[in-house]
Amino acid sequence: MRAEWTKMRTVRSTVWTLLAMAVITLGIAALATSTIASRWNTFSPLRRLTFDPTSMSLRGLLFSQLIIGVLGVLVMSAEYGTGTIRATLAAEPRRARVLIAKSAVFFVLAAVVGEVLAFGGFAIGQSLLTSPVPHATLSQPGVLRAVMGGGLVIAVLGLFALGLATIIRHSAGAITAYVGVLLVVPIILQTLPSSFSEPILKFMPFTISNAMTSVASQGSTAFSPWVGFSILVGYAIVSLAIGGWLLAKRDA
Amino acid sequence: MIDVRGVTKRFKDNVAVDDLHFEVPTGVVTGFLGPNGSGKSTTMRIIMGLDHADQGEAVINGTPYRKLAQPLREVGALLEAKAIHPGRTAFNHLWFLAQTNGIPRRRVHDVIELVGLDQVANRRVGKFSLGMGQRLGIAAALLGDPGTLLFDEPINGLDPEGILWVRNLLKGLASEGRTVFVSSHLMSEMALTADHLVVIGRGRLISTGSVGEFIATNAGQYVRVRTPRPDELEGLLEAQGAQIRREGDGSLSVSNLSAEQIGITSGNAGISLYELSPQSASLEDAFMEMTRDSVEYHGQRLDGATATTIGK
Ligand SMILES: Nc1ncnc2c1ncn2[C@@H]1O[C@H](COP(=O)(O)OP(=O)(O)OP(=O)(O)O)[C@@H](O)[C@H]1O
Ligand SMILES: [Mg+2]
Repeated sequence: MRAEWTKMRTVRSTVWTLLAMAVITLGIAALATSTIASRWNTFSPLRRLTFDPTSMSLRGLLFSQLIIGVLGVLVMSAEYGTGTIRATLAAEPRRARVLIAKSAVFFVLAAVVGEVLAFGGFAIGQSLLTSPVPHATLSQPGVLRAVMGGGLVIAVLGLFALGLATIIRHSAGAITAYVGVLLVVPIILQTLPSSFSEPILKFMPFTISNAMTSVASQGSTAFSPWVGFSILVGYAIVSLAIGGWLLAKRDA
Repeated sequence: MIDVRGVTKRFKDNVAVDDLHFEVPTGVVTGFLGPNGSGKSTTMRIIMGLDHADQGEAVINGTPYRKLAQPLREVGALLEAKAIHPGRTAFNHLWFLAQTNGIPRRRVHDVIELVGLDQVANRRVGKFSLGMGQRLGIAAALLGDPGTLLFDEPINGLDPEGILWVRNLLKGLASEGRTVFVSSHLMSEMALTADHLVVIGRGRLISTGSVGEFIATNAGQYVRVRTPRPDELEGLLEAQGAQIRREGDGSLSVSNLSAEQIGITSGNAGISLYELSPQSASLEDAFMEMTRDSVEYHGQRLDGATATTIGK
């Protein structure tokens, strides 16, 4: 476990990636909310009524989801790319333990970073939403769940990506698969008739995380936040389980 | 002691290691010889529990590698140099390995010093030369002060000074009573370093035994003969059961007949000799001899008579 932490910490790209993730996520929170604030006068009454200040300040988390996925992939695939995996598995031949230790360390790292960015984005966003624009506080119903949940989604998606990388073993392939599931599939689905796409879209991480980071209910187009979240956890567990099984079975 | 018991490994339809049996004794340097693609690296990966054998097993002091609780304290290996994240420093690479097996930080500094990398310990591995990468790999192998060591082509990329250093290191480790198993395709190097040999060809065991036995049995002695009438002499010697090879310079390499017998034969026939010198074959010759066999017999089954096994 400590060894896995040493490994993540001692590669310069981990630090840079997390830094980039923070800048982009917080930057988008600031940009999105300040744009709203400056345009508020032009909004229609309906738009003003359905405006969700929490969700707006968490917009940047979508980029965090992308970047944490790339990082989750790299944490595993870099070992294959560089051959470090053989040193790792020689040092700890119980391969399941290697994957568990790596997942645990990465989950904690991603959860901490995810929460910091979710709460940070929320704080920045709300401070920029000045009267007459409504802003949210954590004590309002559903707000704390949206912010905290937004951070948790980051951590779970990171694990899902780590699982994909364990299965695929190549950075480019695993990142493609991850981005495909996260963004490309939902975009394609949205071009199809909704009677066909809606039941599938409900299961997409994109939809699930939207429901989580919104205070308002998404109606029948999405699962409720925690049901969706459980499905997301399911994806992560399945990808890690398949990855772990293959890791044990395959030659290093 | 490493014990390889009937290990077979297939990659798709290509048999990389074929029913391999051998033992690597303790306290001496054992050379693992075979031409390119003969399955040396694959065998070492199987011993290290990295590749799965299709049949058979490899055990280290009676235990399969994967059952070792703190493997780095029992077995150290240099498999591929530079199989290390280029963005990590030498120190951090060794430090994470040490942490997995409860090895103290002090030991990391010690092995870095031992392999002479103290000046560059905090530099990123990506900037290392081939030789520095080898040294780092050797440091990783020594990290847990293990009783068993495997090195896959450790002198690749080293300069003469580095080669000498590795040679002395290997001998030193063996003299401390460790098991030292080194692969190479440089026979001349193994002649200088190894005491014991395991020779494979096309994934099959060709020979195992001490270096001395190996040379004697497989290439043996021969006599170099130069004469103005080689055709006549060749006929006469062959009639006495000699085996003769014509060399490029016109001389004859005669085996199965002593220098005395050759001298008497040529004297009796009145054939003058310019040279009559007994030679002992080098390890290189012995190796070439064997691998020629393993190539020649490719596609047929090697039966007991052609697969020479010595030291048993
Ligand atoms: N991962 C793999 N997938 C498919 N074939 C492989 C794999 N690893 C090795 N082989 C094949 O197995 C055979 C033995 O290879 P190996 O690397 O063990 O030989 P070697 O004795 O180490 O050779 P060299 O002296 O070149 O290092 C070769 O034919 C090689 O192509
Ligand atoms: Mg090899």
